Amino acid sequence: MNVSHRWLQACCAETIGSPHEIAEHLAARGFPVEEIQDLSLRLGGIVVAQVQEVRAHPDADRLRVCSVEAGGSPVQVVCGAPNVEPSGWYPFAPVGSSLPGGTEIRKVKLRGQTSEGMLCSERELGLGNDAGGLMVLSGPLKAGEPLAEALGLDDVRLSVEVTANRPDLLSHRGIARELTPKGHASLTLPEIPGGNGRFDQTFSEHPAQVDEHEVSVDGVSIRVDAGDLCSRYLGLRLTGVRIQPSPQWLQSRLRAIGGRPINNVVDATNYVLYECGQPLHAFDLASIRGRSIVVRRAVAGEPIHTLDREDRVLSDRMLAICDSERPVAVAGVMGGAESEVSESTEEVLLECALFEPGSIRSTRRALGLSTDASYRFERGVDPESMRAAIGRAAELILATAGGRIEGPLMDVCPRPFARAQVPLRLGRVERLLGIPFEAREVAALLEPLGFLVDQGEDMLTVEVPGFRSYDVTREVDLVEEIARTYGYDAFPETLGTFRPSASPDHPLFRLEDAVRDELVASGILEAQTPAFASEGEGEVEILNPVSTEEAFLRSRLLPGLQGRLEYNLRRGNRDVRLFEIGTVFRLGGRGELPQEETRVAAVLHGHAAPAHWTRLSPPLDVWDIKGILNRLVGILSGGRWTLAPGLAEGLPSDGLDRGSVFRVIDEEGAVRGVGGRLEEGELDLPPWALEVWALEIALPGEPHLPTVPNFQPLPVHQGVDRDLALLVPGDAPVESVLALIRERGGGELRDLEVFDVYRGPELPQGVRSVAVRLRFRALDRTLRDQEVEDAVREVTRALEEELSVGFRGKHE
Amino acid sequence: MESGAPIEDLDALEREGLAAVGSAGTIEALEQVRVEFLGRKEGRVSGLLRGMGALAPEERPKVGAAANRVKERLLSAIEAREAVLGQTDETVAEPEDLTLPQRNRWVGGRHPVTQVVDDLIAIFRTLGFTLARGPEAETEWYNFEALNTPLDHPAADEQDTLYLKGGNLLRSHTSPVQVRTLEREELPIRILAPGTVYRRDSYDATHTPAFMQLEGLAVDEGISFVDLKATLAEFARRFWGSGTRVRFRPSFFPFTEPSAEVDVKRVYRTEDGEEAETDWIEIMGAGMVDPAVLDACGIDSERYTGFAFGMGPGRIALLRYGIPDLRLFFENDVRFLEQFVRS
Repeated sequence: MNVSHRWLQACCAETIGSPHEIAEHLAARGFPVEEIQDLSLRLGGIVVAQVQEVRAHPDADRLRVCSVEAGGSPVQVVCGAPNVEPSGWYPFAPVGSSLPGGTEIRKVKLRGQTSEGMLCSERELGLGNDAGGLMVLSGPLKAGEPLAEALGLDDVRLSVEVTANRPDLLSHRGIARELTPKGHASLTLPEIPGGNGRFDQTFSEHPAQVDEHEVSVDGVSIRVDAGDLCSRYLGLRLTGVRIQPSPQWLQSRLRAIGGRPINNVVDATNYVLYECGQPLHAFDLASIRGRSIVVRRAVAGEPIHTLDREDRVLSDRMLAICDSERPVAVAGVMGGAESEVSESTEEVLLECALFEPGSIRSTRRALGLSTDASYRFERGVDPESMRAAIGRAAELILATAGGRIEGPLMDVCPRPFARAQVPLRLGRVERLLGIPFEAREVAALLEPLGFLVDQGEDMLTVEVPGFRSYDVTREVDLVEEIARTYGYDAFPETLGTFRPSASPDHPLFRLEDAVRDELVASGILEAQTPAFASEGEGEVEILNPVSTEEAFLRSRLLPGLQGRLEYNLRRGNRDVRLFEIGTVFRLGGRGELPQEETRVAAVLHGHAAPAHWTRLSPPLDVWDIKGILNRLVGILSGGRWTLAPGLAEGLPSDGLDRGSVFRVIDEEGAVRGVGGRLEEGELDLPPWALEVWALEIALPGEPHLPTVPNFQPLPVHQGVDRDLALLVPGDAPVESVLALIRERGGGELRDLEVFDVYRGPELPQGVRSVAVRLRFRALDRTLRDQEVEDAVREVTRALEEELSVGFRGKHE
Repeated sequence: MESGAPIEDLDALEREGLAAVGSAGTIEALEQVRVEFLGRKEGRVSGLLRGMGALAPEERPKVGAAANRVKERLLSAIEAREAVLGQTDETVAEPEDLTLPQRNRWVGGRHPVTQVVDDLIAIFRTLGFTLARGPEAETEWYNFEALNTPLDHPAADEQDTLYLKGGNLLRSHTSPVQVRTLEREELPIRILAPGTVYRRDSYDATHTPAFMQLEGLAVDEGISFVDLKATLAEFARRFWGSGTRVRFRPSFFPFTEPSAEVDVKRVYRTEDGEEAETDWIEIMGAGMVDPAVLDACGIDSERYTGFAFGMGPGRIALLRYGIPDLRLFFENDVRFLEQFVRS
């Protein structure tokens, strides 16, 4: 909400503070001021000038050479505007001044003609959108006078952030009420120059014709068919108006808050909107067919050409203001172009109505059209100030456009407003706020805001004025008003006792933390990527995405991380190790939420360790990723899951090379994740890139509690090592060899370690030499040689018989 | 044979073996040394052990243990020598210039936003809070209606929501976790719910369409606005330092009443060592849980009261580290992430 400091002052009987004081005060009451703009500074240096003489430019058809009087001796200015005329008054930026956009004005030559300064359009001065020609000034003017003063723009604009619950603050009167200590009591209505004051607040006593359905006066009728969506509709007929530009003071008011003056009648309705918060509309009565207004739901498909020159189609859920044949306005949102007030208008029907907020909201959403009126209607407009507002607008129009009021006010009121009486218990106030308040204190806090307080013993009854009828309906709403007016900072900050939460930690947090610790310890950096994906990368589709690249929710984490890897390599980062813990989404059942799964993923590129002058570090390889995978499997499952080489049949490879890949298998045999080498075609990498390793594993939905280690007594007896050089045939995985050794090695076989793997020309085709070290140890004694020999013999026999494993140096 | 002789023999064997290891000039020579001393059948240490049969039974374990120690020492010497011989650069083993750079390892680290979340959680844990979570894809009921935000009220617009095909949405705040927890858990509840939330924003320096939020909720008998202020002021002073000033301003959230914005003013030392204050910085929204929210969760709002708050760890990370642009958090340039590694 843009507020003019001068306008605000005009609404208060008391003197209000400086713009900065006001900003501080409003912020403390919950309405921060986003920006304070001194309008005269923006127009500093720009003056009022009169063009004395206009000549054609000798060398350019479109340019004119003007003699301009701007306070000193006349200067020559070259001007391209079509509307420059001798003895016209225009804003003028002399040499040395700057336009609000920052353009500095210099003495220049345009096609050989000297130009000392610039005559300006509204757009160039940031005063409006009209760039079609110079801004034409009128009224008593003095050449050389600062433009800001001439326009009444020696004013300050405050942009106040108004929360969605406070529509009453979307006007100068509303802000004024919050601002002054006496609040409501100190409100005044600014005097209208040339007005007679007859129709302002006292207009509520003006004779009116009232009915709950239809009123007809002198052949003009108003009927409300949709009383559920329109609780009241006021109409007032004005005749003999002369449409012309508004007087300077009215234009200034509108400009000061960033509005654009149009003509005296439209400006009058807008002025009342910003002053009282009441949206009004003026129809050109001559173009209302049948001279009748019908407030009804639109017929599906009914068209209307709105004021913004758009053709719109209404649905049967939208409320329309219609004449006897067709819609002439989208209720509460925008008027139609055909009934718009124009230069030829002589007879005006003023509308002041009250529409259902929800209906206006759904209509303006469906039409994609938000206006100052719809913004207020969907939040809630004061049902009690409608007559005052239409009277105020009438007074303004009579003062600026002449004419007269015809007949009584037409007041169709299907549902009259009644003030709510809200009970307020002092005990409840104390329980919620933590400190006690007395009845008279409460009254003193609430009454300046316009509430009427009936003080009882422990219970008060508070009557809520119309302008607060939307946000104050319950006791707790009043409690907030008490706290806000008392001042949040005035409450103590004493930390009392509290009971700890009865709700346990969600177990996934601990698991995520353990995964983070493990990956950080492995030298990997945590990344975060947004959960969006493009089509093909996800199942769950977003209805209103910001971009097509982000129109789906990801079903895997790796593509996002791969993108981040590519990004890093492009920027010359050669060693890139990233992991992410995040959510992936799959379609749920019909009408159900998508299925979510928390996963961990990582991409690794580069060397196993940082370079050091003593030796080259090898690139990361399959044994690094296998180690990370196995450690993660242990953390995620407490040893219940396993890692197996290769991919399960029929599962997609997700870009991993089927030759160097592992899968993570859970206790049910389901695949929970994969890891391995990314195929080259998967990534857009620079030529110097090394192999890329990647993994992605789903975290268990219901994590196991971490297992508590069981203490094992430390060995007191020596162990015995035996090294075996195995000749393992190509079709026997080493894992099966090791498993067999463990199985047959006996209870005293404690450790088993592969310390060398060798392939050489002297070995048969496919056979590997695998050197393993077996460590035997008994808990209760030193092992005898014979026991160890027996165990080794059993192992070698089994290996030979069951897996056809041979032995190197068996002759030894 | 004297009883001490095998031990002395072992010592000599060890010295001899170590010398042989040290003088082995190639991997091949080293392997020969290994076979000579530690070979299982022909190795000299093994041979010596085989001679143990001649020892008195009470001597055997002692000598056996000594022999194994010799074996271990020779093995580790061989391994060490192996590593040296594997090097191509001959300067390695000669530590005459200790000013040469050391050997490093890769360091990993948590994302800066995760670190802020961790620190926030650590403080609230001491104030009795536990951790809760909820889905990121939500229903309109949990994201709006159960939080006292009718869909036809403009407040439902203020956070521009991303909708999913089929009528559900991506949660625009972590507040749905309040409702899910209140429905499920016993009172008293004091929970924190960190998680990702989504808004229909384009990427710029201060907006991203997905970002972290940390929700807090406390519901019990006797919780008042004073408790809200005290808890959050205590938190702020622990997080930003004891000199931090905290300000509560009225605000509006449909699911709290009264509602507040919380600002902090941090005290810091300038380069000249002088004490200075930052501007007021908006750090979170908070308020007393609206009775309508408790009612929607089947909780007696006359008996129970509570407070709730929500903050943006990403924004707090910007302020804490002096990061100018939220997008850096999603770029994940390793040179950025490495700056926040805690060593």
